[in-house]
Amino acid sequence: MKPKHQRLVLALVAFVALIGAGFIAAAALRDEASYFYTPTTLAKAQVEPGKAIRLGGMVQKGSIVRGTDGVSITFTVQDQEGEQNVAYRGITPDLFVEGSGVVADGRMRADGVFVAESLLAKHDENYVPKELADIDMTAAQQTKDTLSK
Amino acid sequence: MMAEAGLAALWLAAAMALLQLAGGLSLIGDGKLASLIRPAAMVQGALCVFSFCALIWLFWITDLSVLLVASNSHIDKPAIFKIAGTWGNHEGSMLLWVTVMALSGAAIALLEKRIDAKTLGATLGVQAVVSLGFFAFLLFSSNPFERLVPAPAQGAGLNPLLQDIGLAFHPPTLYIGYVGLSVAFSFAVGALLTRQVGPAFARAMRPWVLGAWIFLTLGITAGSYWAYYELGWGGWWFWDPVENASLMPWLAATALLHSVSVLATRNALRAWTIMLALVAFAMSMAGTFLVRSGVLTSVHSFAVDPERGAFILTLMLVYTGAAFVLFALRIGTVRQGEPFQLVSREGAIVANNIFLSVILGIVLIGTLYPLAAEALGDKISVGPPYFNKATVPIALLLMLALLLGPMLRWRRDEIARHKYWLVGFFAIILWSGVAVWQFAPGVGIFPTLGIAFALALAVASFVPLKGRNLLRTPLPIYGMVIAHFGLAVSVFGMASESGFSKESLTALSPGQSAQVAGWTVKLDDVNPAIGDNWVGIQGEMLANRGGKTFALHPQSRQFFQPEMQTSEAALLTRWNGQLYAVLAQPDERTGKWQVRLWWKPYVTFIWFGGALVALGGLIALLGRMLRRPRKPAKNNWASE
Repeated sequence: MKPKHQRLVLALVAFVALIGAGFIAAAALRDEASYFYTPTTLAKAQVEPGKAIRLGGMVQKGSIVRGTDGVSITFTVQDQEGEQNVAYRGITPDLFVEGSGVVADGRMRADGVFVAESLLAKHDENYVPKELADIDMTAAQQTKDTLSK
Repeated sequence: MMAEAGLAALWLAAAMALLQLAGGLSLIGDGKLASLIRPAAMVQGALCVFSFCALIWLFWITDLSVLLVASNSHIDKPAIFKIAGTWGNHEGSMLLWVTVMALSGAAIALLEKRIDAKTLGATLGVQAVVSLGFFAFLLFSSNPFERLVPAPAQGAGLNPLLQDIGLAFHPPTLYIGYVGLSVAFSFAVGALLTRQVGPAFARAMRPWVLGAWIFLTLGITAGSYWAYYELGWGGWWFWDPVENASLMPWLAATALLHSVSVLATRNALRAWTIMLALVAFAMSMAGTFLVRSGVLTSVHSFAVDPERGAFILTLMLVYTGAAFVLFALRIGTVRQGEPFQLVSREGAIVANNIFLSVILGIVLIGTLYPLAAEALGDKISVGPPYFNKATVPIALLLMLALLLGPMLRWRRDEIARHKYWLVGFFAIILWSGVAVWQFAPGVGIFPTLGIAFALALAVASFVPLKGRNLLRTPLPIYGMVIAHFGLAVSVFGMASESGFSKESLTALSPGQSAQVAGWTVKLDDVNPAIGDNWVGIQGEMLANRGGKTFALHPQSRQFFQPEMQTSEAALLTRWNGQLYAVLAQPDERTGKWQVRLWWKPYVTFIWFGGALVALGGLIALLGRMLRRPRKPAKNNWASE
């Protein structure tokens, strides 16, 4: 192989590899990227059961029910207009309490319950899950709007 | 006083960088100022060290009249964390970055004798440009020495998750790695500017790439172990954006490390190596941007400030943009390197580089995609399922290439020459794959292949020593063998952990027991516990397997300053795995304690292997540094 050709071949191989990476990434993203929903947007969207999604909102007051095995719980996540029942098995984050913000990774079950695989609670002022920070701001904005009316 | 002195030193250091740049620029003309370059670099290094020491001092005495100390430290904090707190925040970590960068510049100025004066001047000039950007960032938007009037009586404290010995070493280790890649970047741009892309340049750049890569490897390994025991989630890699931010420069640096060796010994892959050096530093800057700007959701984003993010993003775009433009303009003048056959050591390293680049691309896309989607109004998160599915197959292919690569000859080789080895590796893979499949049918394809390939690689990594006089084998060869063997060890641990971990999640009253993977763990009692700046509860557990009993003490801690709860997992390490126990809060109604137990077979191999990889790098680096620099004799390939 002539030197000039070799460089061309190498450049071509690199190019093909990068395109390949893009394709692999695109295919995997289509299957595995999970969309973020609030109870309101989740109610409107037709999410098929089994698809990975994220759900964020406030833990409704009085909704946490602990199971008899001591390690499973159910609770309701709410936002301004919607509610969503959630089931979870595991140790809840330290700051997971009623009335606090939560982001849950999980999937919808056929019966309409969201089964959470992991929970992120609002930790402290310095660390808020980013989606929740936005929700809090919208809530504050809406309160302000109502007041100014 | 100390704060003002530290700030003054920082300004003076920036002035030195300007001088260094002026010296570099004068090389274009008469070179009158070129004699300034080396002294300026050395003085700059000394000033930055002074400045950084001043900040450590302020944290040590907890001078609360300094804003940074007041907002990140507390008089009650243990002494080691007072010092570690120096770089456990945005401003301090950027000062550390600048200090390491200035020190590297000083080291080049003092020690580098392999490349010609002009290329060295250009390299240090580029280094000055890069540091000036970071000096501007520090002095104008992140001054670590800013005073707070009036001084508060107490400080705000440090995030308890970060009050850990891991913090004392993890971020500085990664930063040294990032900054080491900036040196590779400066060398690459310097060599492009003076048109000296060749083996001499590669040999000068190689120790820096190797050094940066060792620190990145250590930093990632330590960070993974830190997340494993500190977060209490039982995982060792979460594909968290900040973890990716450290992984991407490592992938680029690993590729660069291999291609720079080809350039140094065989004078091939010239443009390719330059390209990788630019990409590696771009990834370092992207990593810093992702961590420092807080654009991504992450446990690490304790410093969220859009203005700073914009500053780093601008620096990144300007530096890498300018470098790639220069690359495009100059690459035509870089002559084609020595040719090689497809089946050759060079060919294998090209395969290594391509697989690593593809993994890098996949990780980069997965990390940035949520950002792009958010700009378009969609909130999307990309988690472990994506990264595992897309990167693991490529990583397995990379391991296959690694079985054969190191035993191939340079320039040209025949597959047939190695057929017995190939058959042997195939037999190991087949045998161990079938064994895993028999032993645990439901374990999944990735862990099965991971274990099979790791076993084959563990054997293959020693083949390059065959037929050598072991006393005369150069240290870099030993380094390569150990690093490749370390990779096999680490992959074995990853595959075993992901395929064979056993979990038990129960609620126990004191006196009750839970079972996991042959262990019987009894919760004896739960007692109060107290530390310097926290109170909490401690479980008294007894783990029993095969007649031997061990005590476990998982804790749940409540910190005061700032207020926060953390779980301290208890780990019982055996040679063949770890028992991992987490104690959570009690159920108010029943008085039972939630207990989560894992048995993770061979999980320690992950970090042990990572440490071996770094050790291999260190041995190679020592070998390069101890050997006398080759005289620029007849076969001086320095191009043109």
